[in-house]
This record gives sequence, C-alpha cells and structure tokens, in this order.
Amino acid sequence: MSRRWLLLYVVLYMALLYAPIALLPIFAFNDGQVIAFPLQGFSTRWFEGLWTNRTLHSALWNSLVVAVISSVLAVVLGICAARASARYAFRGQGAVMGMIMVPLVLPEIIVGVSVLIVVNTVLGLPLGLWAVIAAHVLICTPFAVAVLSGAFQSLDPAMEEAARDLGETPWGAFRTVTLPLVAPGIVASLLICFTISLDEFIIAFFLTGASPTLPVYIWGLLRFPADLPIVMALGTLLVLASIVLLTMAEIFRRRGAARAGRKDSGGFL
Amino acid sequence: MGHGETSKGWALIAPPALYALALLALPLGAVVVLSFFTQDFLTLDTTPTLENYRIVLTDPGFAGQLPRTLLVRSVTIAGLVTVCTVLLAYPVAYYVSFHVAPERKSLWLFLITIPFWTSYLVRVFLWKVILNFDGVVNRTLLNLGWIDEPIRAFLYSPAAVVITLTHAFAPFAILPIFVALEKIDRPLLEASRDLGEGTLRTFARVTLPLSMPGVVAAVLIVFIPTIGDYVTPRLVGGPDGLMIANLIQSQFGRLSNAPMGATLAVIAMASVGLISLLFVLATRRWTR
Repeated sequence: MSRRWLLLYVVLYMALLYAPIALLPIFAFNDGQVIAFPLQGFSTRWFEGLWTNRTLHSALWNSLVVAVISSVLAVVLGICAARASARYAFRGQGAVMGMIMVPLVLPEIIVGVSVLIVVNTVLGLPLGLWAVIAAHVLICTPFAVAVLSGAFQSLDPAMEEAARDLGETPWGAFRTVTLPLVAPGIVASLLICFTISLDEFIIAFFLTGASPTLPVYIWGLLRFPADLPIVMALGTLLVLASIVLLTMAEIFRRRGAARAGRKDSGGFL
Repeated sequence: MGHGETSKGWALIAPPALYALALLALPLGAVVVLSFFTQDFLTLDTTPTLENYRIVLTDPGFAGQLPRTLLVRSVTIAGLVTVCTVLLAYPVAYYVSFHVAPERKSLWLFLITIPFWTSYLVRVFLWKVILNFDGVVNRTLLNLGWIDEPIRAFLYSPAAVVITLTHAFAPFAILPIFVALEKIDRPLLEASRDLGEGTLRTFARVTLPLSMPGVVAAVLIVFIPTIGDYVTPRLVGGPDGLMIANLIQSQFGRLSNAPMGATLAVIAMASVGLISLLFVLATRRWTR
C-alpha cells in the first residue's frame, strides 16, 4: 500500500519536473503573439523566422565556438585530474582535487564576477569570447572529472604495466591500452561539457562583451514581448539538441562501463 | 606511497590544479582586494578602506535597496528552496534506490537529470508563463471554477522564486541522496525487520540516519549556488523577490561600481560559507 503511494508520488514528481519543458513546443507552434492559453491555432512561422535571423546565427556560432573549445580543454584537464587521482596516491591529493572540484558548488555569479575583475580591472583587457571560454573551462572541468573518474578508477593498473613489460613506452602503453578503455568516458564527458557550456548564461552575461553567446542573445529577447514566440521556438530546438547530446553521452558512458567490465551504477555524478 | 609515485601524481595533476589556481583562487583573491578599494565614477582609488563594508552594513538607503534586507531575504529564500528541494527529492531518491530494478536505475537517473541540463533561461522563463496573470495555473483554476478572477500574486513574489528554484535544483538534491542510499547494506535493513521493527521505524532508525551524509551533501549543493542566482529573481521575483545577486550584478552593470560589487560578493560568500560551516558542524554526528 505505502509502496503504491510512493510510486504515485514519484510519477507526479516526474510529471512536474517535465511540465514546463512540455509547454515549449505547445507555444512554439502556437499561431499567437501572446504566450498564454487559449491557443490560437497551429503555425510554423516562429521556426521559419529563425532561419533568416542574422543576429541569432552569429550568436549561435559564438556559442558553438565557445562550447567546442571549452569542452575540449575541460576534458583534457579532466583526464589529467581523473588519472592522477585514480592511478597515484600522493600527499595533498585530497586538497588539490577539492580545489579542482570546487566550481561545482560555487555560485556562478562569483565565478563570473571574479574573472570579470581579473580581465577588466587587473589585466585591463577587453572582454570577449576568450574570457567566456576561460571561465567555462573552469566550471566544466569538475563535471569532466566526475564522469572520467568512474572510467579511470575501474581500470586495472596491471594491464598498462603488462604493456610496458612487453616493450611499450609509457605514452605508448597509455595510448594503446588505457585510452581505448576510457574512450567512451571521454566522449561522454565531452558531450556533457559541451551541453553545459552551450547553455550557460550567468557567467557568459558578465564576460561576453560585444559578441553575445546564444543564451545572452535569448536574455535580450526576453525583454520584448513581441520576440517571445521566437524564444519558444528556439527553446524547443535547444531542448531537443540537449536531449540528443545527453542521450548520446549516456550511451557512451554505459558502453564505457560495459567495456571496463564494471557494474553500471548509473548517473553522471 | 613511494617518492616516484608522488612526483608522477603531482606532474599529472599540475595542469588542472594550476588552471584552478589561476582562474579561481587568484581571481577570488582579486575580488577580496578590490572590495577594500573605492570607486568615484571612473577613477579607482586603491587606498585600502572599509568604507564599502560600512555602507553595505549600515547605510539605510543604499542604491534604492537595503543590502541587509536583500541578504537576509536571499538567505531565507535559499534556505526555503533547500528545505523544499531536499524534502521533495528524498522520496524519489528512496524509490529509485529501493524499488527500481538495478538494471533500470541508470535510466531513471538519466530521466531525472535531463530537465536540469536543458536551457536554464528558457526553463525559468516558462515558470513566468505558468504563474502569470493569464498563465496556466490561473487558467486551470478559473476553468475548474475554484477562483472567480485570476490571482496576480502567483508571479512577482518571493514564493514564485522559491517554486522556480526548487524546480531547477531538483536533480541536484536527488543524486547525492541516491548515492548515500545505495551505500546502505541491505542485510542491515532485513536485520532490523527481523528484530521486530516495522517498516517506518526501520526507516527512522536505520535508513534515515545512514543516508544523512547524502542529505547534508544535497543541502550544501542546493543552498550554496542558489544564493548566486540573479535570473530567477529578475524574471519571476518582482521588487519584493530580488536577491543579493541582482544587486551584485547591477553594481558591475548599470551602476558600474566594481569595488562595491566585490564587497557585496565577499559579504554574500562569507554569509553562505558561515551558514554552510555551521550546518556541517551541526550535522557532524550523523555524517562522521
């Protein structure tokens, strides 16, 4: 009996979790300027508007550049940290790992403000996408470490040693033995970091300068009621893209778990 | 732990560690230093002074909003969000851990995390649509005949901020609690039942205390970032729902007083840090 109530609660919880997102396509295909019920009829005109919007395209391009560079750099740093913590035990390890993981819980406004102060006041440099990339690498690295740690921890160090005994260089042993085993984890963490960076607004708003990323552009649209249906259409596409990216990440993560012969405990974190 | 082990480990962890040092530790230091400076229009006065702190903590009418009021409100809202998020998340974590077949658990966690990763700005904005004067909630209540005219108070209130943030941080609370529940030895629970304890008492005396590390982690992982959100208060909070992060943001934007913004950031961080520390100390006997 109590178990049935629990299931009912969980179903309700999940429904509420998805409810706002479910509204997106409803209003994106709604043929009305105002985002409210009752609906006005079916229309694809908001999506059509997206194809011809130059400002939107350049914002999207900025976001893609930022997300690609940030995710690659964050994953490279993440590989270093995940392998160091899984393979070696050394003094100060806990403290250093703690420092690398701190951005996971730090309020994003603090990251945005502190990097802004360094760029603007200390270095006296103009803001721009490079500053957004620098900050996104910082906040994406802990997520990469979290995903990659699972992959590296389940590796048997004896396998790499065996390769070395058979004459491989340390790099060769890493490349031919370890890398293929953790490759799915790397792909998964790349996709997750890419998604985080693509969606990040709070930090980007502080650092983006004159060339806005996509979320900063959307923030600008939110001020104008006439642009809101476009935001709905854009949001629908972004949610679809995120779901596709994360599903791919999850598939790769599971493949990695299977390849390493590890029991799948599930979850990104 | 050999010497070679240590140097190899350090060599490998150096790049991410140095990056975190350069992009996090040093900038945070810069924020603290800047908070002791003052700014007069465009000129930065680098004479160290506590003037900013005095203004923030004692000046009654600073920047049209009381920083102290905003700080207290931010902590209250963040606290409410944390309590709601964790209380609502616990049963879900419990269900996934105890009642879902092991091979389906990762699918559940995946479904729980998906909304969290998808377009944060748009998600917050959707709550505005839901709670609005002619929004989904009011429409539904009107159609059901439960109310005669739309309730304006849903939107632009601290309550709207709490609802929106609780929704946004839901998965962040579920995951750590789930991990803690997974670590509990199942035979322990059977033993408790074999010794005559009922399901509820087993939960209260065995499961709940053992899952406390997850609950504490969930509280911190929700409470700390919530303070720094300025999007949700701006979009759904109205004047009575603004938070300290809005004030910080306006110091760097419209008001262009970076030292004052830095002071507010330091005070906000110190408050959050102190509260978190007290919470960790207070819950130590369950988490040790």
